[in-house]
Amino acid sequence: MHDWEVVIGLEIHTQLKTKSKIFSGASTDFGSAPNTQACAIDLGFPGVLPTVNARVYDKAVAFGLGIGAEINLTSVFDRKNYFYPDSPKGYQITQLEHPIVVGGSVDIVLKDGAIKTIQVTRAHLEEDAGKSMHEVYHGQTGIDLNRAGTPLLEIVSEPDMRSAEEAVAYARSIHQLVTYLGVSDGDMSQGSLRCDANVSIRPQGTETLGTRTEIKNVNSFRFLERAINYEVERQISVLESGGTVRQETRLYDSDKDETRPMRSKETATDYRYFPEPDLLPIQITQDYIEAVRLQMPELPAAKTRRFIKEYGLSDVDAQVLVSSVALADYFETVARIGGDAKLAANWVRVELLGQMNRDALTPSAATLNSLPISAKALGTLLARIKDGTISGKIAKTVFAALWQGEATDPDAYITSQGLTQVSDNAELIPIVDDVIANNPQQAAQYRAGKMQLMGFFVGQVMKATGGKANPQQVSDLVQARLLD
Amino acid sequence: MSELHTRTLSQMLQDLDNKVYSSVELTQHYLDRIERLDPSINSYITVLRDAALSRAASMDTARSKGSHSPLAGIPIAHKDIICTEGVRTSAGSRMLDNFIAPYNATLVEQLNKAGVVTLGKTNMDEFAMGSSNENSYYGPVHNPWQRDRVPGGSSGGSAASMAARLCAGATGTDTGGSIRQPAAFCGITGLKPTYGRVSRWGVIAYASSLDQAGPMAQTAEDTAHLLQAMAGFDPRDSTSINQPVPNYLAQINAPVAGLRIGLCQEYFDAGLDDNIRAAVMTAAKTLESMGAILSEVSLPNTQQAIPAYYVIAPAECSSNLSRYDGVRFGYRCANPESIEDLYKRSRSEGFGREVKSRIMVGTFALSAGYYEAYYRKAQQIRRLISADFTRAFEQVDYILGPTTPSTAFKLGEKLDDQVAMYLQDIYTISVNLAGLPAISLPAGQSQGLPIGLQLIGRHLDEGGLLKVAHNFQQASDWHLRRPDDNQ
Repeated sequence: MHDWEVVIGLEIHTQLKTKSKIFSGASTDFGSAPNTQACAIDLGFPGVLPTVNARVYDKAVAFGLGIGAEINLTSVFDRKNYFYPDSPKGYQITQLEHPIVVGGSVDIVLKDGAIKTIQVTRAHLEEDAGKSMHEVYHGQTGIDLNRAGTPLLEIVSEPDMRSAEEAVAYARSIHQLVTYLGVSDGDMSQGSLRCDANVSIRPQGTETLGTRTEIKNVNSFRFLERAINYEVERQISVLESGGTVRQETRLYDSDKDETRPMRSKETATDYRYFPEPDLLPIQITQDYIEAVRLQMPELPAAKTRRFIKEYGLSDVDAQVLVSSVALADYFETVARIGGDAKLAANWVRVELLGQMNRDALTPSAATLNSLPISAKALGTLLARIKDGTISGKIAKTVFAALWQGEATDPDAYITSQGLTQVSDNAELIPIVDDVIANNPQQAAQYRAGKMQLMGFFVGQVMKATGGKANPQQVSDLVQARLLD
Repeated sequence: MSELHTRTLSQMLQDLDNKVYSSVELTQHYLDRIERLDPSINSYITVLRDAALSRAASMDTARSKGSHSPLAGIPIAHKDIICTEGVRTSAGSRMLDNFIAPYNATLVEQLNKAGVVTLGKTNMDEFAMGSSNENSYYGPVHNPWQRDRVPGGSSGGSAASMAARLCAGATGTDTGGSIRQPAAFCGITGLKPTYGRVSRWGVIAYASSLDQAGPMAQTAEDTAHLLQAMAGFDPRDSTSINQPVPNYLAQINAPVAGLRIGLCQEYFDAGLDDNIRAAVMTAAKTLESMGAILSEVSLPNTQQAIPAYYVIAPAECSSNLSRYDGVRFGYRCANPESIEDLYKRSRSEGFGREVKSRIMVGTFALSAGYYEAYYRKAQQIRRLISADFTRAFEQVDYILGPTTPSTAFKLGEKLDDQVAMYLQDIYTISVNLAGLPAISLPAGQSQGLPIGLQLIGRHLDEGGLLKVAHNFQQASDWHLRRPDDNQ
């Protein structure tokens, strides 16, 4: 028996965030009634012609710059010919020989904290197909062409990954990058990022690649990991029982947690690629590329470095907060309004992400923008801790109340609930004196030197004030009155 | 009123201006002629009687209110591969017999804006594939000069209807000679513009890198009127040329003296009919007598044009015609048993023989292992042919030769000989491969059948071609001859 080495390459299709389709003016909005967002061009009517939505170049070039790739000043669209009911023209417009982005790389962090660089082969522009709906009509297939013509960037990696974990880390890095750049909304539940995984195995220490299978259209990181792991185990058992792996396309069934061959692709398809005669080659200039570069936002690595330097955050805090651009923005708003970056980092990581995790919410832009506690509200809440209006403990109560939707403005809630911290000696001294009078035994012990009883007295005072007393002030008062 | 159809389009514009007759009268006249004569010619697939008359009436009203739309009230016909909103656009195919176009082609919009009246849609070889108009689902077109002859193709219906004076002008498309060859066979003037000069939006694709729509009319001047409206940049067509359209009529009368006209030696080969050779040489002498300077030029790769064309055009067509799958529009076979069955039978039953033959050839030429040997090689030949023209146009301003090797042949004569049929386009095809403009005009007759002369110009020199053609027509009357109505 060998030790097996796993070899994985990914093809990631990411939907570009444009208002209209790549070759027509139809809207790219998700979730509309079938075939309401497909114009004559998307339907492949006789006599129609494609024209390229120039916004797709902005996105592709930004991505290319983001991974340090070479941008082709001339790239060419090709036709990929195949018959399928949801491919209205009988061909897909894509880029074969001259893609817009060539090369580049993405770093991933391994479990032991080491950095591994994954090479990107190419990224090219293409149009999405429509959807066949086999379940809706009994014995018939419905076709929804709303998605037909949605712009895609297909990002092809080298076979550089050696485990499902690495593949997922790479896919996450790409996801993070395309959302940072605004290239894609990255919403995987709507199919904005889909992975095809090429998986093969070979005996440890050998160079020749084994026969690969391609797992198509995996649309979550969790499924990607499971699908690859299943496929690796399957290939190992095939080889170890003396069989051979067939080169084929497989589908991952998440219900059964297994991959199985796609029947329609069993016969090798000849796509008969040739240059798309309806579109001239894309010509872009170095000036245009520089203009795109100038408009690029701060990328994750730079943002992490800045968070560490500017806010004094730990590596881990910075990495967590930078994991999505929306979360990083949320944090920066909280820090700015709250006036304390470390406090903000702590609250966002522990309280906010903890709560979101309990509620099974992911820190996507859409989610963060619709939370019951806005970044501004959380910042305000922290500012009230800083200025002594409330204690950290009360702040957690306010946070919980806001999360439950009981209020949206922390100040209003603090006032209406009378949660303002009591720091007035005239108000506190009688309470402290009462506590001392009611606990003569502990008072005597304290005076005899049992200083750890301070906590007991402060606790009693806090209890008596419903937690509103300023703990530091209470502590000072207790000491003064006992040793008086 | 019985001879309105003998007027040229340019004369009709004056007559309408001078209220000699109305557009309604003119349109009615053509509709009557179509009804009387077209049953034996079959040049129309669809006649838009009511729509044409009501459009003519509104153009008359517009004229009476002082409208100066350049073609207001002129009745024309469109080749049925050009989309016309709300009207069946069949491409001569059973596949699209039920297809009502939901939009106008850009060139239709532009002609409408210029004020034309659309009489109907003309017959053609299926999806513009053919040189005889015998490949139409709607039956062959008969040449108005001799009804047992073909009108040429693929724009045979447009050419025949113009020749028989069943319209004042017509549109056609030319992928390998489909405007010029039928123009030659039918004794009319037809111009294939520079690739990209007329928008392809709404023109059903045969071979996208070669297709170009253009005007067909009685005279060069009429042709200029139509081209003026059709030409122009269209942002909906990425291959459209973004250059201003010159005023073709303003320069049409300029003299030809001093222009260098090259006789392409490869076009006067052994396959050329002697009477055509003589007629073309006579025409050349006429131009020389007007001051043009004749010389010989060579286009050495001419022989490669047909094989290159019959790789590139079928390759593009095999892909362009994939959309006709019976799923969203067009012909669908009865009771399909599976998606495979739906594709196979819809396409087998919906397409005719020549179309299927070219889809097969094109599919083969693009398939893995053959692409380099066929498609890429053909593209290399295409560049050589372009280079031939570039060199020739360093020596001369225009290239002159015959449009076709023979006059109109008999219906059925070449149906079983695909290669003989393909050789019809030997003088026209290289022009498409190079994307250049060319015009065919009547230059003689042989045994009662028209002879066509072809002039090829530089990129975007449609104006020059129309000028030379117009000068020739001022010195000849072949373009004014028309077939006897009662053939």
